[in-house]
Amino acid sequence: MPSKNKVTVTAEPGVQEVFITREFDAPRELVYKAHIDPKLYVQWLGPHGYEMILEEFEPVSGGKYRYIHKDKEGNAYAFHGTFHTMTEDLMIQTFEFDGLPEPGHVALDTMRLEALPNQRTRVTIQSVFQSVSDRDGMIQSGMEIGVREGYERLDDILGNMPS
Amino acid sequence: MRRDVFQAIADPNRRAMLALLARQRMTLNGVAENFRISRPAVSKHIRILKECGLVIVIPQGRERYVEARFDKLNEVSDWIEEYRQIWEARFNRLDDLLEQMKKEK
Repeated sequence: MPSKNKVTVTAEPGVQEVFITREFDAPRELVYKAHIDPKLYVQWLGPHGYEMILEEFEPVSGGKYRYIHKDKEGNAYAFHGTFHTMTEDLMIQTFEFDGLPEPGHVALDTMRLEALPNQRTRVTIQSVFQSVSDRDGMIQSGMEIGVREGYERLDDILGNMPS
Repeated sequence: MRRDVFQAIADPNRRAMLALLARQRMTLNGVAENFRISRPAVSKHIRILKECGLVIVIPQGRERYVEARFDKLNEVSDWIEEYRQIWEARFNRLDDLLEQMKKEK
């Protein structure tokens, strides 16, 4: 089994942005296709054990999206936004988690796809939030699913979630 | 009982409370008004968040104000590591998919 490429996450204290970088052993054309073909997109974006429902998906400049992560107990987490720029080397979109009590906490995600030698691709994502608290709050919201994936000892607590 | 931050955010109401308090400090009543759960339930959630050091409760006159302590969260650098692991899992799935796509090409 080949060793996986490392994901780097940079989130400086007191700065309202996050950077995520990762390289892929595949040409840019395929990495891009995995982002714009709905059948492919649902296969990797949603967390393990969740059904990923693409309610709306128009991966073109000016298009919009809305997707829902649904678990077996029926808990649903919805996200939506618009695609500002959709090209093979640059994808810019807004992102909002619908589960917050107050709407309007929107992040701006800029994703660069850089073609590397040997049919490889480097992906760099910059997420800019409205404030440092938004960034920290939204990272935590985004983590909710990861926490559930990774911390099985919390299953009991989660089983008692208020409806 | 020792509480940890992962237990604190395991509950969607507590996550929502943190998100709300990220904007501004609020009175306990103010927090409760945003939730459909009972007032004692809200107090219990706030108590758990307090025990984890994620919020502080400041009595002021007859009111009790709740303030989020995100600097505390930043001290827990595991947050970033957890976030990184989510992306790692996601991108590992993308790797598998890309391998399939290369074969089908």
